[in-house]
Formats: sequence, C-alpha cells, structure tokens
Amino acid sequence: MSAQLQFRDVTLGYDRHPAVHHLSGDVATGALLAVVGPNGAGKSTLFRGLVGILKPLAGSILTGGIAARDIAYLPQSADIDRSFPISVFDFVGTGLWRQTGFFGGVGKEARASVAQALAAVGLSGFENRGIGTLSGGQMQRMLFARVLLQDARLIVLDEPFNAIDTKTSADLMALVEQWHEEKRTVLAALHDMDLVRAHFPETLLLARGKVAWGATAEVLTAENLAEARRMCEAFDDSATACAVDTDASKAA
Amino acid sequence: MIYDALIAPFIEFEFMRRALAAVVALSLGAAPIGVFLMLRRMSLVGDAMAHAILPGAAVGFLLSGLNLFAMTAGGLIAGFAVALLAGLVARNTDLKEDASLATFYLASLALGVTIVSVKGTNIDLLHVLFGNILAMDDQTLLVVAFNATLTLIVLAVIYRPLVIESVDPLFLRTVSRAGALAHLTFLALVVVNLVNGFQALGTLLAVGLMILPAGTARFWSRELTGMISIAVASAIISGYAGLVLSFQTRIPSGPAIILVSAGLYVVSILFGNVRGVVRQLFPAPHLEA
Repeated sequence: MSAQLQFRDVTLGYDRHPAVHHLSGDVATGALLAVVGPNGAGKSTLFRGLVGILKPLAGSILTGGIAARDIAYLPQSADIDRSFPISVFDFVGTGLWRQTGFFGGVGKEARASVAQALAAVGLSGFENRGIGTLSGGQMQRMLFARVLLQDARLIVLDEPFNAIDTKTSADLMALVEQWHEEKRTVLAALHDMDLVRAHFPETLLLARGKVAWGATAEVLTAENLAEARRMCEAFDDSATACAVDTDASKAA
Repeated sequence: MIYDALIAPFIEFEFMRRALAAVVALSLGAAPIGVFLMLRRMSLVGDAMAHAILPGAAVGFLLSGLNLFAMTAGGLIAGFAVALLAGLVARNTDLKEDASLATFYLASLALGVTIVSVKGTNIDLLHVLFGNILAMDDQTLLVVAFNATLTLIVLAVIYRPLVIESVDPLFLRTVSRAGALAHLTFLALVVVNLVNGFQALGTLLAVGLMILPAGTARFWSRELTGMISIAVASAIISGYAGLVLSFQTRIPSGPAIILVSAGLYVVSILFGNVRGVVRQLFPAPHLEA
C-alpha cells in the first residue's frame, strides 16, 4: 500500500532544542499506528508537526497531498474554553467546517449527521447542554464526535484515553477500529501497552528518536521498552549544534 | 407627569431625538462586540484600545480643528496600527496579547502627548475625552449609523470563525487559516466602535457601552444569542434612561448613560438568574438527576 505520510529525517522541537530528533519512516495509507514512549519522548511534538502547527527545525513531513482540512487532530490537552456559552450540538457541529466554512448553511442533512455523531459516541440527549456541564469522559466523547464529523482521511489522536474510564475508552476504541476499517489512516499516542497490543497492528516506539517501528509484537519487547526508558528527557542548555546537521551542511 | 419626564423631551427637542438615534445605533454595534470581548477575556483590551486611539484623535484635532472626520481618521489609524502590531507580535512571539497591547498603547499614548506638546497649542480636548451626545449633527449621526451597520455586517461575516476561535482556537488553527483573520478583524471592529462612541461618550467612556451591557447579559443568559440580545437591549435602555437623566438633572450625557448602565449591571449581579447573588443565597432545591 502507498505511503500516506513520510517523515524525512525530521527534527522537531522548541527554541532549537529537539524533542523529536532525526526521525525517518513511512506510514501507509489506512495504517492504524500506535505511537508509544515515555513522557517527554516527543509524541505530542511529532503530532504537532504532523498537523502543521509546529514547523520542523530540520527535515520534512510529507502528507501525500492531504490538505490540512483533511486531517482531524485531537490534542492531548485540548485548549478549550469550557466557560464559553456554546451547546454540545453547536460545538460538535464545528466539525463540519470543511463543508460549511464561513457561511455554509447547516441544513437538515448536516443536523442529522451531527445527531448521528452524537449518537455514535453515546451522547444523544446532550444536544442542548452547555459544554461546561460535561464530565471529563463526556467531554472526550464529544471531541470524538467532532472527529467523526470531520470525516478526515488522516486522524491524529494524542493520548485520547487519558483519565477516561474503561467503559468510555472501550466505546471510543470501537470508533477507532471503525475508522481503520474505513481505510482511514489513524495515529494515536498511547500509554496503555495492553490496549496497543490488543488493537494496534503497527507501533512506533519513540524516545526523541526512533527506538523501533514495525509490527506491534516485535516493537514492544522488554529490551526495546527498557531502551526507550533510558532516553534523555530534559534538554541540555549547554548542548552544541547537532553534529548530523553540521556535517550535512559541510558536505553541501 | 410621566409623559413630561420620559417622553416629552424627545418630542419637544430635536437634539434629544438625534441623541436617542445615536445611542441606539451605538448600542447595536458596541454591545455585541462587548459580549465577545468579555467571553474572550479581553474586557480590558477595550480599555487599552481607548487609550491607544486618543493620540490619533488629538493629532486629527491639531491638523484640522474640531472636525469629526479628521479625528475619526486619526483615531482609526492609531487604533488599527496598535491593534495590528499588538496582534502580530502576540501571534508570532512568546509575548501574550495583553502584554503586547500594553506596550503598544503606552507607546502610542506617549507619542500622542509628545506631538501635542511639541505643537504647543493649549487645545480643549475635553470634548474628545468626555464627548457630547447632545451636540450630534446630521453628518455625525450618519457616520455613527454607518459604523454600526458596518459592524453588524462584518460581525456576521466573521461570526462563525470568531466563535470557534474563542472556544477552541487550536481546532480552528488545524482546519483553517481563518482564525488570525477573524481575530484581527475583530480587533478592527473594537477600534471602529470605540471611535464611533467618542463623539457621544468620549474616548474614555466609549468602552463603557461595550463592557457594561456585556457584563449585565452574562447574568441573564447562558447562551450566546441570548447574551448578545440582552446586551443590546440593556445598552439601549441605558442610553435612553441616561439621556432622560441627563436632561432632567445637570449630569453630562456621557457619564449619565454609563452610570445607568453600571446601575443595571449592579442589579444584575444581585438579581440575575444565572448565578446572581440572591439566586445563590436562596438556591432552589436540587434535582433528582
């Protein structure tokens, strides 16, 4: 199957300090890829680069002609103002942005699809509730409903099951599997190794750089996980310029 | 008696009718802007912008005397410059919007004072500072109405991205570039409405007709459309009652309007049905589920 995403020696980070260092690899169209690694491994940073809100310090990420609006991204700590007076229905409806844009009407069909998305995540009856009244699990269900509505070819989920009870995460995991069956490409950052082993055929073990990438059973070995834990978490203030990049520029 | 106090002034005097028309137009434009300022936690941004446009208006006054167009143009230029620069710096650096705006409006204020003092005229800026809604001529009234109309049309255009940007900015950033556009256009609308208000209320009080009605509305509605409607209604009521108060007493019109608006706000804090003080002191019994 053709590659949908190509990481080309990409380095991502903040203030010149890399959080993801020289990562290369391809993600096939329709892949269901778990991205695992300890805190500070660069999972969120990788996703931020992928969806285009963080520019790479070096290298590139090719998205194979997928436009930004064809990517659905669920960040780890959604920067949502929960005190804003907006109903669950309207909030989920923003997932239709691709169709509606600035002025597009929200007709009967669109309303029905919002209602369907809410039903799919088990939030029927919550349409008129303000988003500020939702519990953590209901909030996550609502965010999944919006992703559902975005109807995106590439879906990026950053730790979607954090602080969520088992029932909710099982329900939401069923949606992820449904997306996989629909041949959408799904990337998810996760900490629950049992969940990864049970549902994700492919895994990238990240610890700033790639520790292992391939079939989940081969990636999640005791040795690989131990190596990932040894990664250097904090950045070094007195670090010098990266030798790989310096050598490359000398060669050029 | 009631007729004499509340209605007769507007029937007898043309300047009162003009003032009423002006305050209705101002309310229609400024109150919805105020609701978004409040919800975006930018209430004090309106205040800072009011300071930022003052030097522009002063320069306009210096160049062509008490000419509303010159002063409006000066205010708009100063306001837009500050809003745009502050917005751009906040979006592209680590500086937050409030800090960025504070630096630019202070620079703008200092620049304005410098220009005025170098020119060395002892000008009467009281008019600009506190306004006089009772001195509205036809031309000014038309400008005020035009700006209010423009505000409502532009707000309708950017409404959707503005709402999404307010509630979930990261989402909008990943699906569209409209966020930055909506934000900067919104700041421009803030400037237009401040300038619009300064003939009637003065630069410093113009922001009052944005923020106070918005604050009032927060205590009466939990949803956006309701808040905007209540804010507009509360601004119009304040305008009308303020004009009557000013006519019957010796209180200047601008402060009278804002004081009435502040009164409505206090009443709302006490008796509002959305977390008002009384409501919290005597809560209804809790529900089954």
